[in-house]
Amino acid sequence: MSLIVILVLPLAAMVISLMPLGRRVAPAATLLAAVAAFVLAIRAALHVAGGNAVVALPNWVALDGFGALVLLLVTLVGTTAALFSCGYMAHHARSEKRLRFYYVHSNLFLFALIAVPVVVEPNIEWIAIELTALFSVLLVAYENTHESLEAAWKYIAMMFMGAAIALLGFLILFWAFKTGGGETYTWDGLRAVAPNMPPVLVKTAFLLILVGFGMKVGFVPVHTWLPDAHSQAPSPICAMLSGVKTTVALYVILRLLPLLRMEHIEAWLLTIGLISVGVASFLLLQVRDYKRLFAYSTVEHMGIIFTAAGIGAAGGHYGAMMQILTHSITKSFCFLAAGATLLAVETREIASVRGLIRTSPAAGAALLFGGLAIAGAPPFAVFLSEFSIFKAGLLQGRYLATALLALFIGIAFFGVLVHINRMVFGRPQGNPHPTKVRLPFSCVLTLILAAIPILVLGVYLPEPLHQLLTQAAACLSR
Amino acid sequence: MNLNSETVALLGNLNALAGGLFLLCTFGMVATRQVQGCLRLFIAQALFLVLSAFLLSGLLHSRHVFAVGIINLISKPFLVPWLLRRTVRSEVYSRREIDQLINIPASLLIALALAIGGFFLASPLLRVADGPYVAVNLPIGLACLLLGGYTASVRREAVPLLLGLLAMENAAFFAGVAIVPELPLIAELAIAFDVLMLSFIVGLLTRTIHEHIGTTEVGALTALKEETKP
Repeated sequence: MSLIVILVLPLAAMVISLMPLGRRVAPAATLLAAVAAFVLAIRAALHVAGGNAVVALPNWVALDGFGALVLLLVTLVGTTAALFSCGYMAHHARSEKRLRFYYVHSNLFLFALIAVPVVVEPNIEWIAIELTALFSVLLVAYENTHESLEAAWKYIAMMFMGAAIALLGFLILFWAFKTGGGETYTWDGLRAVAPNMPPVLVKTAFLLILVGFGMKVGFVPVHTWLPDAHSQAPSPICAMLSGVKTTVALYVILRLLPLLRMEHIEAWLLTIGLISVGVASFLLLQVRDYKRLFAYSTVEHMGIIFTAAGIGAAGGHYGAMMQILTHSITKSFCFLAAGATLLAVETREIASVRGLIRTSPAAGAALLFGGLAIAGAPPFAVFLSEFSIFKAGLLQGRYLATALLALFIGIAFFGVLVHINRMVFGRPQGNPHPTKVRLPFSCVLTLILAAIPILVLGVYLPEPLHQLLTQAAACLSR
Repeated sequence: MNLNSETVALLGNLNALAGGLFLLCTFGMVATRQVQGCLRLFIAQALFLVLSAFLLSGLLHSRHVFAVGIINLISKPFLVPWLLRRTVRSEVYSRREIDQLINIPASLLIALALAIGGFFLASPLLRVADGPYVAVNLPIGLACLLLGGYTASVRREAVPLLLGLLAMENAAFFAGVAIVPELPLIAELAIAFDVLMLSFIVGLLTRTIHEHIGTTEVGALTALKEETKP
């Protein structure tokens, strides 16, 4: 039952945001709904981690280990984004109408994001993924500038093209399921009949869904829309797009892995993953816009997760789940830090930002923290997850893949930190004593709260979370 | 209702005819230069999808496929053009010349290659197919999916680009009515809703682009290209 409540909460906040009740009601309702959804998600996740099933509507809405992990991340990022929006959008929205427009759409977007992990019927899953794109496109275009409109257009065109290709994949998957003699069409039902499904149908369905949803994940070479969309949207939305929207599309692709009975599938996954990591790590070096920097880093991390899935075995799958977790919390933090920087300096160009730590100590510190954390420096969470992937790679005897992964991550580390270092500590041109900028209280509070899990998970993994990750990893094995 | 063998053969042939015309309409969408013409071809394509759905619902005794036909009959030929007319301004609608990335004869050659590729891709799947209708609908659906994707990639004008995307969705369904006659009704309704939402949002976005930038030639938007900056 709690799953239905989690789904309804953002819709309720959306309805409240529709009403003209002043500039404070919509942010408050959104924040309240997001926090409540997060608390309920923690409860449901603990339930799942304890080995119990959470079912709201049998065969339609339920939660297993993988779903619970993604639901937890979606609601967490939804909460931090809602809190950050309070201060950020008060600065950015020109009128109450625009502010309400923002909150209506961001709540709908959160609703679609929550729907993905809790729905277990694959056809409806397709709709949920498609809704995440439809509800976020007008948010990407929110600023109504030339750049944001162009980004939104590219975004929606690529999203729907991917969705249409994936639709045929899902129809063929359903065909395979019926041919295999399946009864209840859910992810579990699919796994149960996987040995009876004709391999050629499963292979074709997987290929179509990989290409279609790969566009939504942002695998190279269909990543071109991602840096545009993820840099043009308002920063809290970027945090949701990069932190969890790419992850939920990847979630659906990963759900199909246990169904595949092909030889060399691991090698294919490794190749796709490593191409994304490699290309993105080099593209990171040449960016001029710091939000694009983090967007390319998302492409890189999606590649890392796919590589970890390709390493396979319990260790690789656990590493993939851990990377999903650490990437979501860290990348959403990075975009919030980028939003704080944007509030302080009002430009997105890396070259125009120098000595940020003097202009705005809070934004500078957050940007440095985010940069170090996402690049994978110890003792942050991403370091731990990447380390566990290397370990799994070596244990599985994937020496070449692990070496390449380490090399690319090293290049990306250099790429991220070179830019961040210049922005934070560089010598400012012109005025040597710039006036200090004060950030809104809610923004600073969000940055502090969002930093806690990144620090804590770097040194300590609570037992229930470990259980949840193990159960999520089990969803990937045959 | 039980059909005698002659009727079955006739309906099967009619379905094959609908498939051929469906493919022809998709080729037409690659070739046409006018926004209005593109829209008419899209509507015709959707109508052939509906025809195929009705024929197959009789042949396969499937109420679900009949429902797919009804849903498509309402949404594609009526609601999508209506939504576009409501959101996009008429001058966008009546534009004649569409500037294309690749010229039309070359496009048609590429489209031909893609169509053959689609049939080729479908052939291993047909070995596990049981019904005779899959052999018609699946290759045509796959080929039209590729053609729609090609149309959407080379068009630079907003509305024909959207129509290319919707043609891809039509193509997926054209294959779908034959391969999965028992698709749950809720999924069909949700997909139709999704198509309408997409048309509405793209229409809104096109209008905003027209108002702010003064063009609907979305292919000409290059502000975000990294290499063009100083």
